[in-house]
Amino acid sequence: MSKQNAVLSEEQIKTRRGRSVAIAVTLGVLVALFYVITIVKLGPGIMARPL
Amino acid sequence: MLEQTQGLHEDATDLGGRGRVSDYIALLKPRVMSLVVFTAAVGLVMAPGNQHPVLSFISIFCIAVGGGASGALNMWWDADIDAVMSRTKMRPIPAGKITRQEAFSFGIVLSFGSVLTLGLVANWVAAGLLAFTIFFYVVIYTMWLKRCTPQNIVIGGAAGALPPMVGWAAVTGDVTLVSIALFMITFTWTPPHFWALALVKSDDYQKAGVPMLPVVAGETATRYQIVLYSLLLLPVGMSPYFLGFASVFYGVGSAILGLVFLSYGIRVWRVREGDAAKKTAMSLFRFSLFYLMLIFAGLLAENMVSLV
Repeated sequence: MSKQNAVLSEEQIKTRRGRSVAIAVTLGVLVALFYVITIVKLGPGIMARPL
Repeated sequence: MLEQTQGLHEDATDLGGRGRVSDYIALLKPRVMSLVVFTAAVGLVMAPGNQHPVLSFISIFCIAVGGGASGALNMWWDADIDAVMSRTKMRPIPAGKITRQEAFSFGIVLSFGSVLTLGLVANWVAAGLLAFTIFFYVVIYTMWLKRCTPQNIVIGGAAGALPPMVGWAAVTGDVTLVSIALFMITFTWTPPHFWALALVKSDDYQKAGVPMLPVVAGETATRYQIVLYSLLLLPVGMSPYFLGFASVFYGVGSAILGLVFLSYGIRVWRVREGDAAKKTAMSLFRFSLFYLMLIFAGLLAENMVSLV
């Protein structure tokens, strides 16, 4: 595949879609993970912290 | 390192983009990862302290991803010798499914991600130990020792032995005699485990120019070393009992397992010719996996029982 005018085959489009879905799922899991970590580490008093 | 660089035949204009999700999962060495998860979980469960179960679960996840990242970086560096060896030539890079650059980027992102997340979730001692594990496996073992000394897997085995220490540190934030004992079990187990495989695959290693012990010192010396390490593994495997953090049941069980391991080692020493020799070496290789699983399962079971 050259850097210019790269034309993807059907197979390449399919695998790219698979990778895109995997990256989207991973990002979603990370968001959920950091949300859960925040709640577990800081607890329900997270909103009652002094400014 | 020079040989490694010269061994690359990748087209510089290859932009990649052919890899499936399953190829990226293969880069993480899932089978090695399962061992990492299991031994790290045992270290975490055995550690004294109260860590929230959700944080424990995420800590194990981070250790698993860190272990997988070092596998990907190992494949990035070793792509040239992987292509030569029958056992590894179907890995994603030599098979042409993923480029070295893609594997490198994947490994680096996961390495930093797992270490930083573990630091935030557990503590920075555990994160530091995980970073050291990745560094040791990739730089000390893969880049340096693997291609220059027959003691490669003896010293490099430290990387595979560290996960229970990381699991322990995730709860306590320290390194103690107990976690060192857990480390020593896998560390002592690694040489006979890998040398049994190397006896069967010595032609492969010779072809790839990897100075494994059977290639450099010969099969007799390797068999002698296997018996020696099997003998050493017997008391090391029992050390949790000797140090007082496992019961007499574990002590007896680990002694029996250690003696069976030794008997397999002695059989490898005695049977040296033809297919029978290869079969005996493979039997030791398979039993060694079973041994490590049972030793750590025993420790896990004892701790689970004491928690109830």
